[in-house]
Amino acid sequence: MIKETRVTLKNIGKINPESIDDYIATGGYEGLKKALTMKPFSIIDEILEAGLRGRGGAGFSTGMKKKFTSESCQSCPQRYVVVNADEGEPGTFKDRVIMEQDPHIYLEGTIIAAYSIRATKAYIYLRGEYTDSITRTRKAIADAYERGFLGKNILNSGFDCDVELRLGAGSYLCGEELTMLESLEGKRGNPRIKPPFPAEKGVFGAPTLVNNVETLANVPLIIKNGKEWYRQFGTERSAGTKIFTVSGQVNKPGYYEVEMGITLRQLIDDLCGGMLDGKPFKAALLGGAAGTFVDVSMLDERMTYDNLKEKGATLGSGAVIVMAEEDSIYEVLHSCLRFFKHESCGKCVPCRVGTTLMVKDLERLKNGVSDKEALVQKLVKDSKMIASTSLCPLGQSPILPMESAARYFTDELVS
Amino acid sequence: MTPEEIISKHPRTNDNLLNILHDLQNNHPEQYLTHEAMDKVAQYLNMTKSSVYGVVDYYSMLSTQPRGKYIIRLCISPVCHIKKASGMLAHLEQTLGIRAGETTSDKLFTIEVAECLGQCQEAPSMMINEKVYNNLTEERIKEILAQYK
Repeated sequence: MIKETRVTLKNIGKINPESIDDYIATGGYEGLKKALTMKPFSIIDEILEAGLRGRGGAGFSTGMKKKFTSESCQSCPQRYVVVNADEGEPGTFKDRVIMEQDPHIYLEGTIIAAYSIRATKAYIYLRGEYTDSITRTRKAIADAYERGFLGKNILNSGFDCDVELRLGAGSYLCGEELTMLESLEGKRGNPRIKPPFPAEKGVFGAPTLVNNVETLANVPLIIKNGKEWYRQFGTERSAGTKIFTVSGQVNKPGYYEVEMGITLRQLIDDLCGGMLDGKPFKAALLGGAAGTFVDVSMLDERMTYDNLKEKGATLGSGAVIVMAEEDSIYEVLHSCLRFFKHESCGKCVPCRVGTTLMVKDLERLKNGVSDKEALVQKLVKDSKMIASTSLCPLGQSPILPMESAARYFTDELVS
Repeated sequence: MTPEEIISKHPRTNDNLLNILHDLQNNHPEQYLTHEAMDKVAQYLNMTKSSVYGVVDYYSMLSTQPRGKYIIRLCISPVCHIKKASGMLAHLEQTLGIRAGETTSDKLFTIEVAECLGQCQEAPSMMINEKVYNNLTEERIKEILAQYK
């Protein structure tokens, strides 16, 4: 029987999220105090060796990202931290839980991240619809200034850091790091060509570290407790814990923080109280709309970045949308493709036109087309074409649900 | 507050654009951005009117059309979709006598569809202005709307 391992969520439900004193009483801001006695590069090494990987979905080494940002353009007068708090992947609400219920933990991580790359300014780009997260974060920032954790000469260390809040305005694409930088600069959310990566040329042309909320929530704990402590959780290549947000046909949907490497079956049976009303499991969509369908054959696979990738699936943001026998794969796939069509910014023609055509083609499956199998194959082929000819991850996403739905559920799609 | 007063509360840099636009829109009784307001923002930030308009046009939370006092944002993303959000939308449309994107003639309600609101553990969900409502049913929608009438 698997249990939750609450690391980043350790304070949830135990403290008043609007009280900085409550946070401090749990050992809060001790990570920052310790960090300020360390050399910036040793913080980066600590994070690197702890094995922390980006929790926003891509799973890239956080330490490497910091190292690149810290080492690029030595002559640049300013570098920045941008907190990706623009959570919008369908089925994902882990960052909302952190921001609403323990906002100081990610704010502390942000200040440590800024110190480690020698940035004196950070922006939190927070989703406009997340009103409670906005209120709580705003208060956390104000209280941190008041206590001297932000502003000039933080805790007499000589380090200055300002954090400002910027609100998104309803664009999924702005959750993609380069597009977020465009949006931060007061522009339409159209993606940038990469390279250059944000580490080289980020917001206002300066080296920029973009980190997700959950990633940053791990940082104070790693610094405070050390990399060995952190490495006791998870697996060799996927260290630490991960917050999964489970929705759909389970008895207890919600957020669960567990060690990396548990299986989908353990997540559903041990933590979510099993399938809703004992219905048979049919499928799960892992990672949200930009995620992959898995069927019953994947229930006992360990959910780590690398194992899922090897099996053609994704861990992504940690969204797990569970479907029972009665749910229609067509309906869910249609909803995903409609989502991409709506959120495509229109900059790359293959994505703009392609996501629209994919929805139309999918609908033809229900309108008496003669060779349905060929149509499913065409959809997979088109999604590959869109992926290879679009600039940003949005155009590269429809292939994920499309190909995996075709792999496991072609029989149902063509029936 | 006048638009000028709202705008001048914010620092004069382009990265404040979205914050300014939110602030202006939230303070307009019809929750939208007028052309005059957008012109003033352009002037204040030394941007062209077309680039300000282009930004407003891009983001789904910003509107150049007058809207109701209460904006209902119903989530239609995959999880809510599995949980029968389309039925909820039809019910809302029928109850208020308008389609998604429209405003009631008494200017009280506007229905909009939204992408994932991050409330998936209690889907289907909607927001009315800043408040979130989960576990929607036809019955519950009726009760919620009554509170706003």
